[in-house]
Amino acid sequence: MASDDAAAVRVVGGWASPFVMRVCVALRLKGVAYEFLQEEPGKKSELLLASNPVHKQIPVLLHGGRPVCESLVILQYVDEAFSGARPRILPVDPYDRAVHRFWAEYADAKLPTALRTLRGMIDGDKAAAAEQVAAALAQLEEAFTACSKGQHFFAGDDIGFLDIVLGSYVGWFRAAERITAQTVLDEMRTPRLAAWAARFCGHESVRDVMPDAGRLVEFGEALRAALAANANAQRM
Amino acid sequence: MAEKGVKVFGMWASPMVIRVEWALRLKGVEYEYVDEDLANKSADLLRYNPVTKKVPVLVHDGKPIAESTIIVEYIDEAWKGGYPIMPADPYERARARFWARFAEEKCNAALYPIFTTTGEAQRKAVHEAQQCLKTLETALEGKKFFGGDAVGYLDIVVGWYAHWLPVVEEVIGASIVTDEELPLMKAWFDRFLAVDVVKAALPDRDRLVAANKARREQLLSA
Repeated sequence: MASDDAAAVRVVGGWASPFVMRVCVALRLKGVAYEFLQEEPGKKSELLLASNPVHKQIPVLLHGGRPVCESLVILQYVDEAFSGARPRILPVDPYDRAVHRFWAEYADAKLPTALRTLRGMIDGDKAAAAEQVAAALAQLEEAFTACSKGQHFFAGDDIGFLDIVLGSYVGWFRAAERITAQTVLDEMRTPRLAAWAARFCGHESVRDVMPDAGRLVEFGEALRAALAANANAQRM
Repeated sequence: MAEKGVKVFGMWASPMVIRVEWALRLKGVEYEYVDEDLANKSADLLRYNPVTKKVPVLVHDGKPIAESTIIVEYIDEAWKGGYPIMPADPYERARARFWARFAEEKCNAALYPIFTTTGEAQRKAVHEAQQCLKTLETALEGKKFFGGDAVGYLDIVVGWYAHWLPVVEEVIGASIVTDEELPLMKAWFDRFLAVDVVKAALPDRDRLVAANKARREQLLSA
Protein backbone atom coordinates (compact mmCIF):
# COMPACT_ATOMS: atom_id res chain seq x y z
CA MET A 1 0.00 0.00 0.00
CA ALA A 2 1.47 3.40 -0.94
CA SER A 3 1.82 5.99 1.82
CA ASP A 4 -1.19 7.96 0.61
CA ASP A 5 -2.40 10.25 3.41
CA ALA A 6 -6.01 9.86 2.32
CA ALA A 7 -5.85 6.13 3.00
CA ALA A 8 -3.52 6.18 6.04
CA VAL A 9 -4.79 4.20 9.00
CA ARG A 10 -3.67 5.01 12.54
CA VAL A 11 -4.80 3.56 15.84
CA VAL A 12 -4.53 5.62 19.00
CA GLY A 13 -4.44 3.17 21.87
CA GLY A 14 -2.66 1.13 24.48
CA TRP A 15 -1.32 -2.43 24.33
CA ALA A 16 -3.12 -3.45 27.53
CA SER A 17 -6.63 -2.40 26.52
CA PRO A 18 -9.01 -5.09 25.26
CA PHE A 19 -11.00 -2.43 23.43
CA VAL A 20 -7.90 -1.31 21.54
CA MET A 21 -6.90 -4.92 20.85
CA ARG A 22 -10.20 -5.46 19.04
CA VAL A 23 -9.35 -2.77 16.53
CA CYS A 24 -5.87 -4.16 15.88
CA VAL A 25 -7.21 -7.69 15.39
CA ALA A 26 -9.84 -6.43 12.95
CA LEU A 27 -7.29 -4.49 10.88
CA ARG A 28 -4.89 -7.44 10.84
CA LEU A 29 -7.73 -9.76 9.81
CA LYS A 30 -8.49 -7.49 6.86
CA GLY A 31 -4.82 -7.15 5.96
CA VAL A 32 -4.92 -3.38 6.50
CA ALA A 33 -1.60 -1.79 7.44
CA TYR A 34 -1.78 0.66 10.32
CA GLU A 35 0.39 2.85 12.51
CA PHE A 36 -0.05 2.22 16.23
CA LEU A 37 0.26 5.25 18.49
CA GLN A 38 0.78 4.05 22.07
CA GLU A 39 -0.70 6.39 24.66
CA GLU A 40 1.33 6.99 27.80
CA PRO A 41 -0.54 5.36 30.72
CA GLY A 42 -2.05 7.97 33.00
CA LYS A 43 -1.68 10.73 30.40
CA LYS A 44 -3.80 11.66 27.36
CA SER A 45 -2.10 12.91 24.21
CA GLU A 46 -3.16 16.03 22.33
CA LEU A 47 -4.10 13.78 19.42
CA LEU A 48 -6.41 11.68 21.60
CA LEU A 49 -8.11 14.73 23.09
CA ALA A 50 -8.53 16.30 19.66
CA SER A 51 -9.81 13.17 17.92
CA ASN A 52 -12.15 12.00 20.70
CA PRO A 53 -13.21 15.19 22.48
CA VAL A 54 -16.50 13.63 23.66
CA HIS A 55 -15.11 10.64 25.58
CA LYS A 56 -11.34 11.32 25.60
CA GLN A 57 -10.79 7.55 25.51
CA ILE A 58 -8.94 4.94 23.51
CA PRO A 59 -9.29 3.36 21.04
CA VAL A 60 -9.59 5.90 18.25
CA LEU A 61 -9.18 4.85 14.64
CA LEU A 62 -8.00 7.56 12.28
CA HIS A 63 -8.70 6.79 8.62
CA GLY A 64 -7.35 9.44 6.29
CA GLY A 65 -7.33 11.72 9.32
CA ARG A 66 -11.02 11.16 10.16
CA PRO A 67 -11.62 9.75 13.65
CA VAL A 68 -13.87 6.81 14.49
CA CYS A 69 -14.45 6.14 18.22
CA GLU A 70 -15.96 3.34 20.35
CA SER A 71 -14.57 -0.14 19.71
CA LEU A 72 -17.83 -1.76 18.52
CA VAL A 73 -18.42 1.16 16.16
CA ILE A 74 -14.84 0.89 14.88
CA LEU A 75 -15.15 -2.87 14.22
CA GLN A 76 -18.21 -2.31 12.05
CA TYR A 77 -16.55 0.63 10.32
CA VAL A 78 -13.49 -1.48 9.46
CA ASP A 79 -15.78 -4.18 8.06
CA GLU A 80 -17.68 -1.65 5.93
CA ALA A 81 -14.83 0.64 4.86
CA PHE A 82 -12.70 -2.33 3.79
CA SER A 83 -15.65 -4.35 2.54
CA GLY A 84 -13.69 -5.83 -0.35
CA ALA A 85 -11.22 -7.53 2.00
CA ARG A 86 -11.91 -11.01 3.40
CA PRO A 87 -12.79 -12.43 5.79
CA ARG A 88 -15.92 -10.46 6.67
CA ILE A 89 -16.03 -9.35 10.29
CA LEU A 90 -19.81 -9.42 10.75
CA PRO A 91 -21.92 -12.28 9.35
CA VAL A 92 -23.75 -11.69 6.07
CA ASP A 93 -27.20 -12.79 7.20
CA PRO A 94 -29.19 -10.02 8.98
CA TYR A 95 -30.46 -12.35 11.70
CA ASP A 96 -26.98 -13.69 12.46
CA ARG A 97 -25.70 -10.09 12.57
CA ALA A 98 -28.39 -9.22 15.13
CA VAL A 99 -27.53 -12.25 17.27
CA HIS A 100 -23.79 -11.49 17.21
CA ARG A 101 -24.42 -7.83 18.03
CA PHE A 102 -26.67 -8.89 20.92
CA TRP A 103 -24.00 -11.09 22.50
CA ALA A 104 -21.31 -8.45 21.94
CA GLU A 105 -23.39 -5.87 23.81
CA TYR A 106 -24.11 -8.50 26.49
CA ALA A 107 -20.39 -9.20 27.00
CA ASP A 108 -19.63 -5.48 27.23
CA ALA A 109 -22.45 -4.95 29.73
CA LYS A 110 -21.52 -7.86 32.03
CA LEU A 111 -17.74 -8.19 31.93
CA PRO A 112 -15.67 -4.97 32.11
CA THR A 113 -16.63 -3.63 35.55
CA ALA A 114 -16.64 -7.10 37.13
CA LEU A 115 -13.21 -7.88 35.66
CA ARG A 116 -11.79 -4.54 36.80
CA THR A 117 -13.04 -5.38 40.30
CA LEU A 118 -11.39 -8.82 40.21
CA ARG A 119 -8.12 -7.27 39.03
CA GLY A 120 -8.29 -4.75 41.88
CA MET A 121 -8.46 -1.77 39.49
CA ILE A 122 -11.64 -0.56 41.17
CA ASP A 123 -13.04 -1.18 44.62
CA GLY A 124 -15.89 -3.66 44.87
CA ASP A 125 -17.19 -6.99 46.09
CA LYS A 126 -14.83 -9.50 44.48
CA ALA A 127 -17.03 -12.50 45.25
CA ALA A 128 -20.03 -10.85 43.58
CA ALA A 129 -17.86 -9.85 40.62
CA ALA A 130 -16.61 -13.44 40.22
CA GLU A 131 -20.20 -14.70 40.26
CA GLN A 132 -21.26 -12.15 37.66
CA VAL A 133 -18.43 -13.16 35.34
CA ALA A 134 -19.19 -16.86 35.85
CA ALA A 135 -22.89 -16.34 35.08
CA ALA A 136 -22.09 -14.32 31.96
CA LEU A 137 -19.62 -16.94 30.72
CA ALA A 138 -22.19 -19.69 31.30
CA GLN A 139 -24.61 -17.77 29.03
CA LEU A 140 -21.88 -17.20 26.47
CA GLU A 141 -21.00 -20.91 26.49
CA GLU A 142 -24.58 -21.62 25.36
CA ALA A 143 -24.37 -18.80 22.83
CA PHE A 144 -21.18 -20.31 21.45
CA THR A 145 -22.85 -23.69 20.94
CA ALA A 146 -25.76 -22.04 19.13
CA CYS A 147 -23.69 -19.65 16.99
CA SER A 148 -20.73 -21.85 16.07
CA LYS A 149 -22.85 -24.86 15.00
CA GLY A 150 -19.95 -27.19 15.66
CA GLN A 151 -17.31 -25.00 14.00
CA HIS A 152 -14.24 -23.46 15.63
CA PHE A 153 -15.41 -19.91 16.22
CA PHE A 154 -18.63 -17.97 16.87
CA ALA A 155 -18.47 -16.88 13.25
CA GLY A 156 -17.67 -20.30 11.79
CA ASP A 157 -14.31 -21.49 10.56
CA ASP A 158 -12.59 -18.15 11.02
CA ILE A 159 -12.83 -15.44 13.68
CA GLY A 160 -15.39 -12.65 13.38
CA PHE A 161 -17.04 -9.82 15.28
CA LEU A 162 -18.17 -11.76 18.34
CA ASP A 163 -14.92 -13.74 18.58
CA ILE A 164 -12.99 -10.47 18.52
CA VAL A 165 -15.24 -8.77 21.11
CA LEU A 166 -15.25 -11.63 23.61
CA GLY A 167 -11.73 -12.80 22.79
CA SER A 168 -10.31 -9.41 23.66
CA TYR A 169 -11.18 -10.12 27.30
CA VAL A 170 -9.05 -13.32 27.47
CA GLY A 171 -5.95 -11.38 28.60
CA TRP A 172 -7.98 -9.88 31.46
CA PHE A 173 -9.45 -13.33 32.33
CA ARG A 174 -5.92 -14.66 32.70
CA ALA A 175 -4.71 -11.63 34.66
CA ALA A 176 -7.69 -11.94 37.02
CA GLU A 177 -6.91 -15.63 37.48
CA ARG A 178 -3.37 -14.78 38.57
CA ILE A 179 -4.49 -12.04 40.93
CA THR A 180 -7.37 -13.95 42.57
CA ALA A 181 -5.78 -17.43 42.31
CA GLN A 182 -9.15 -18.72 41.02
CA THR A 183 -10.18 -19.85 37.55
CA VAL A 184 -12.27 -17.44 35.52
CA LEU A 185 -12.48 -19.21 32.16
CA ASP A 186 -12.96 -22.68 33.58
CA GLU A 187 -12.47 -25.84 31.49
CA MET A 188 -15.01 -27.72 33.59
CA ARG A 189 -17.76 -25.08 33.69
CA THR A 190 -17.32 -23.70 30.16
CA PRO A 191 -15.39 -26.32 28.19
CA ARG A 192 -16.28 -25.01 24.75
CA LEU A 193 -15.31 -21.43 25.57
CA ALA A 194 -12.05 -22.62 27.15
CA ALA A 195 -11.13 -24.47 23.95
CA TRP A 196 -12.30 -21.56 21.81
CA ALA A 197 -10.13 -19.13 23.82
CA ALA A 198 -7.02 -21.21 23.12
CA ARG A 199 -7.84 -21.28 19.41
CA PHE A 200 -8.53 -17.54 19.41
CA CYS A 201 -5.19 -16.75 21.08
CA GLY A 202 -3.36 -18.88 18.53
CA HIS A 203 -4.92 -17.12 15.53
CA GLU A 204 -2.41 -15.28 13.33
CA SER A 205 -4.31 -11.98 13.64
CA VAL A 206 -4.44 -12.26 17.42
CA ARG A 207 -1.10 -13.76 18.50
CA ASP A 208 0.97 -10.59 18.34
CA VAL A 209 -1.58 -8.29 19.99
CA MET A 210 -2.91 -10.50 22.80
CA PRO A 211 -1.22 -9.12 25.93
CA ASP A 212 0.69 -11.46 28.22
CA ALA A 213 -1.11 -12.08 31.55
CA GLY A 214 2.00 -11.44 33.63
CA ARG A 215 2.62 -8.11 31.89
CA LEU A 216 -1.03 -7.18 32.42
CA VAL A 217 -0.77 -7.85 36.15
CA GLU A 218 2.36 -5.66 36.39
CA PHE A 219 0.70 -3.02 34.23
CA GLY A 220 -2.35 -3.00 36.51
CA GLU A 221 -0.16 -2.48 39.57
CA ALA A 222 1.74 0.37 37.90
CA LEU A 223 -1.49 1.98 36.71
CA ARG A 224 -3.05 1.85 40.17
CA ALA A 225 0.02 3.66 41.48
CA ALA A 226 -0.23 6.25 38.70
CA LEU A 227 -3.98 6.65 39.35
CA ALA A 228 -3.32 7.29 43.00
CA ALA A 229 -0.84 9.98 42.02
CA ASN A 230 -2.85 11.50 39.18
CA ALA A 231 -6.65 11.72 39.07
CA ASN A 232 -6.84 12.10 35.30
CA ALA A 233 -5.69 8.63 34.23
CA GLN A 234 -7.33 7.05 31.20
CA ARG A 235 -9.64 4.08 31.57
CA MET A 236 -7.96 0.73 31.12
CA MET B 1 -41.34 -23.65 11.33
CA ALA B 2 -44.93 -22.59 10.63
CA GLU B 3 -44.68 -19.19 12.36
CA LYS B 4 -44.72 -16.37 9.78
CA GLY B 5 -44.93 -12.62 10.03
CA VAL B 6 -43.69 -9.90 12.34
CA LYS B 7 -44.53 -9.53 16.03
CA VAL B 8 -43.41 -6.80 18.42
CA PHE B 9 -43.49 -7.40 22.16
CA GLY B 10 -43.65 -4.01 23.84
CA MET B 11 -45.07 -1.76 26.51
CA TRP B 12 -47.20 1.27 25.59
CA ALA B 13 -45.08 3.78 27.55
CA SER B 14 -41.64 2.50 26.54
CA PRO B 15 -39.41 4.81 24.48
CA MET B 16 -37.26 1.84 23.50
CA VAL B 17 -40.23 0.01 22.00
CA ILE B 18 -41.35 2.95 19.91
CA ARG B 19 -38.05 2.90 18.01
CA VAL B 20 -38.96 -0.51 16.65
CA GLU B 21 -42.43 0.63 15.62
CA TRP B 22 -41.06 3.72 13.87
CA ALA B 23 -38.54 1.60 11.95
CA LEU B 24 -41.18 -0.95 10.87
CA ARG B 25 -43.58 1.80 9.83
CA LEU B 26 -40.88 3.59 7.80
CA LYS B 27 -40.35 0.31 5.92
CA GLY B 28 -44.11 -0.20 5.49
CA VAL B 29 -43.94 -3.54 7.31
CA GLU B 30 -47.14 -4.87 8.88
CA TYR B 31 -46.73 -6.19 12.40
CA GLU B 32 -48.69 -7.57 15.31
CA TYR B 33 -48.14 -5.62 18.52
CA VAL B 34 -48.30 -7.44 21.85
CA ASP B 35 -48.56 -5.12 24.87
CA GLU B 36 -46.85 -6.53 27.95
CA ASP B 37 -47.57 -5.96 31.63
CA LEU B 38 -43.97 -5.73 32.82
CA ALA B 39 -44.99 -6.74 36.34
CA ASN B 40 -46.48 -9.92 34.90
CA LYS B 41 -44.53 -10.86 31.77
CA SER B 42 -46.05 -13.26 29.28
CA ALA B 43 -44.72 -16.77 28.78
CA ASP B 44 -44.05 -15.83 25.15
CA LEU B 45 -41.84 -12.86 26.07
CA LEU B 46 -39.82 -14.96 28.51
CA ARG B 47 -39.46 -17.69 25.89
CA TYR B 48 -38.34 -15.26 23.17
CA ASN B 49 -35.98 -13.25 25.41
CA PRO B 50 -34.81 -15.47 28.25
CA VAL B 51 -31.51 -13.58 28.65
CA THR B 52 -32.68 -10.07 29.54
CA LYS B 53 -36.48 -10.65 29.66
CA LYS B 54 -36.99 -7.06 28.45
CA VAL B 55 -39.07 -5.36 25.80
CA PRO B 56 -38.87 -4.66 22.95
CA VAL B 57 -38.51 -8.03 21.27
CA LEU B 58 -39.06 -8.40 17.54
CA VAL B 59 -40.06 -11.83 16.31
CA HIS B 60 -39.64 -12.29 12.56
CA ASP B 61 -40.93 -15.59 11.14
CA GLY B 62 -40.50 -17.13 14.58
CA LYS B 63 -36.96 -15.82 15.17
CA PRO B 64 -36.54 -13.39 18.10
CA ILE B 65 -34.29 -10.35 18.33
CA ALA B 66 -33.79 -8.21 21.45
CA GLU B 67 -32.27 -4.76 22.16
CA SER B 68 -33.98 -1.87 20.41
CA THR B 69 -31.00 -0.40 18.53
CA ILE B 70 -29.99 -3.86 17.32
CA ILE B 71 -33.58 -4.46 16.21
CA VAL B 72 -33.62 -1.18 14.26
CA GLU B 73 -30.45 -2.14 12.35
CA TYR B 74 -31.94 -5.60 11.72
CA ILE B 75 -35.09 -4.04 10.28
CA ASP B 76 -32.99 -1.90 7.96
CA GLU B 77 -31.02 -4.92 6.75
CA ALA B 78 -33.89 -7.44 6.56
CA TRP B 79 -36.06 -5.07 4.49
CA LYS B 80 -33.14 -3.75 2.48
CA GLY B 81 -35.08 -2.41 -0.51
CA GLY B 82 -37.34 -0.15 1.53
CA TYR B 83 -36.79 3.20 3.21
CA PRO B 84 -33.06 3.63 4.01
CA ILE B 85 -32.65 3.93 7.78
CA MET B 86 -28.85 3.77 8.09
CA PRO B 87 -26.70 6.16 6.03
CA ALA B 88 -25.05 4.59 2.99
CA ASP B 89 -21.52 5.85 3.65
CA PRO B 90 -19.42 3.84 6.17
CA TYR B 91 -18.10 6.94 7.92
CA GLU B 92 -21.59 8.42 8.28
CA ARG B 93 -22.80 5.05 9.60
CA ALA B 94 -20.03 5.12 12.18
CA ARG B 95 -21.01 8.65 13.24
CA ALA B 96 -24.70 7.66 13.54
CA ARG B 97 -23.80 4.63 15.69
CA PHE B 98 -21.40 6.72 17.78
CA TRP B 99 -24.05 9.33 18.60
CA ALA B 100 -26.70 6.68 19.26
CA ARG B 101 -24.41 5.08 21.85
CA PHE B 102 -23.62 8.51 23.34
CA ALA B 103 -27.31 9.28 23.71
CA GLU B 104 -28.05 5.87 25.24
CA GLU B 105 -25.11 5.81 27.63
CA LYS B 106 -24.64 9.46 28.58
CA CYS B 107 -27.80 11.45 27.83
CA ASN B 108 -30.26 8.89 29.18
CA ALA B 109 -28.16 8.51 32.34
CA ALA B 110 -28.10 12.31 32.71
CA LEU B 111 -31.87 12.60 32.21
CA TYR B 112 -32.93 10.02 34.77
CA PRO B 113 -31.78 11.93 37.89
CA ILE B 114 -34.00 14.89 36.87
CA PHE B 115 -36.94 12.65 37.44
CA THR B 116 -35.87 11.43 40.86
CA THR B 117 -34.76 14.73 42.41
CA THR B 118 -36.20 18.03 43.56
CA GLY B 119 -34.98 21.56 44.34
CA GLU B 120 -31.28 22.30 44.02
CA ALA B 121 -30.37 18.70 43.17
CA GLN B 122 -32.87 18.79 40.34
CA ARG B 123 -31.53 22.11 39.04
CA LYS B 124 -28.05 20.57 38.93
CA ALA B 125 -29.40 17.47 37.20
CA VAL B 126 -31.18 19.60 34.59
CA HIS B 127 -27.97 21.51 33.90
CA GLU B 128 -25.98 18.27 33.48
CA ALA B 129 -28.59 16.85 31.13
CA GLN B 130 -28.59 20.05 29.08
CA GLN B 131 -24.79 19.85 28.66
CA CYS B 132 -25.18 16.29 27.40
CA LEU B 133 -27.94 17.24 24.99
CA LYS B 134 -25.87 20.20 23.75
CA THR B 135 -23.11 17.79 22.78
CA LEU B 136 -25.63 15.61 20.95
CA GLU B 137 -27.11 18.70 19.31
CA THR B 138 -23.84 19.29 17.40
CA ALA B 139 -24.81 16.30 15.25
CA LEU B 140 -27.82 18.31 14.03
CA GLU B 141 -25.88 21.34 12.79
CA GLY B 142 -26.84 22.36 9.25
CA LYS B 143 -29.42 19.59 8.93
CA LYS B 144 -33.19 19.16 9.09
CA PHE B 145 -32.91 15.81 10.82
CA PHE B 146 -30.00 13.85 12.33
CA GLY B 147 -30.28 11.71 9.20
CA GLY B 148 -29.98 14.75 6.90
CA ASP B 149 -32.96 15.74 4.76
CA ALA B 150 -34.99 12.80 6.04
CA VAL B 151 -35.40 10.81 9.24
CA GLY B 152 -32.70 8.20 9.80
CA TYR B 153 -31.26 5.84 12.41
CA LEU B 154 -30.20 8.49 14.90
CA ASP B 155 -33.57 10.28 14.67
CA ILE B 156 -35.25 6.94 15.46
CA VAL B 157 -32.95 6.29 18.43
CA VAL B 158 -33.25 9.72 20.08
CA GLY B 159 -36.65 10.72 18.69
CA TRP B 160 -38.38 9.68 21.88
CA TYR B 161 -36.99 12.86 23.51
CA ALA B 162 -39.36 14.92 21.32
CA HIS B 163 -42.47 13.36 22.88
CA TRP B 164 -41.21 12.29 26.32
CA LEU B 165 -39.11 15.27 27.44
CA PRO B 166 -42.00 17.76 27.25
CA VAL B 167 -43.96 15.24 29.36
CA VAL B 168 -41.14 15.12 31.92
CA GLU B 169 -40.98 18.92 31.89
CA GLU B 170 -44.69 19.08 32.69
CA VAL B 171 -44.40 16.50 35.47
CA ILE B 172 -41.41 18.14 37.20
CA GLY B 173 -42.48 21.71 36.49
CA ALA B 174 -39.17 22.78 34.93
CA SER B 175 -37.77 23.24 31.41
CA ILE B 176 -34.99 21.18 29.89
CA VAL B 177 -35.09 21.72 26.13
CA THR B 178 -35.59 25.45 25.56
CA ASP B 179 -35.03 27.83 22.64
CA GLU B 180 -32.24 29.51 24.63
CA GLU B 181 -30.34 26.39 25.69
CA LEU B 182 -31.06 23.92 22.87
CA PRO B 183 -32.44 25.78 19.83
CA LEU B 184 -31.52 23.17 17.22
CA MET B 185 -32.96 20.33 19.26
CA LYS B 186 -36.18 22.21 19.96
CA ALA B 187 -36.67 22.94 16.27
CA TRP B 188 -35.93 19.31 15.43
CA PHE B 189 -38.56 18.17 18.01
CA ASP B 190 -41.24 19.99 15.98
CA ARG B 191 -40.05 18.67 12.62
CA PHE B 192 -39.73 15.11 13.93
CA LEU B 193 -43.17 15.04 15.53
CA ALA B 194 -44.69 16.26 12.25
CA VAL B 195 -43.50 13.14 10.40
CA ASP B 196 -46.50 10.85 9.65
CA VAL B 197 -45.05 7.52 10.80
CA VAL B 198 -43.75 9.16 13.99
CA LYS B 199 -47.14 10.65 14.86
CA ALA B 200 -48.92 7.37 14.16
CA ALA B 201 -47.08 5.43 16.89
CA LEU B 202 -46.95 7.97 19.74
CA PRO B 203 -48.51 6.96 23.07
CA ASP B 204 -51.33 9.18 24.33
CA ARG B 205 -49.78 12.25 25.94
CA ASP B 206 -52.25 12.59 28.81
CA ARG B 207 -51.87 8.94 29.69
CA LEU B 208 -48.08 9.35 29.63
CA VAL B 209 -48.24 12.42 31.87
CA ALA B 210 -50.44 10.59 34.37
CA ALA B 211 -48.18 7.52 34.39
CA ASN B 212 -45.02 9.62 34.82
CA LYS B 213 -46.60 11.72 37.59
CA ALA B 214 -47.47 8.53 39.47
CA ARG B 215 -44.00 7.08 38.93
CA ARG B 216 -42.29 10.24 40.13
CA GLU B 217 -44.38 10.32 43.29
CA GLN B 218 -43.49 6.70 43.90
CA LEU B 219 -39.76 7.35 43.38
CA LEU B 220 -39.70 10.48 45.55
CA SER B 221 -41.47 8.82 48.44
CA ALA B 222 -39.22 5.76 48.36
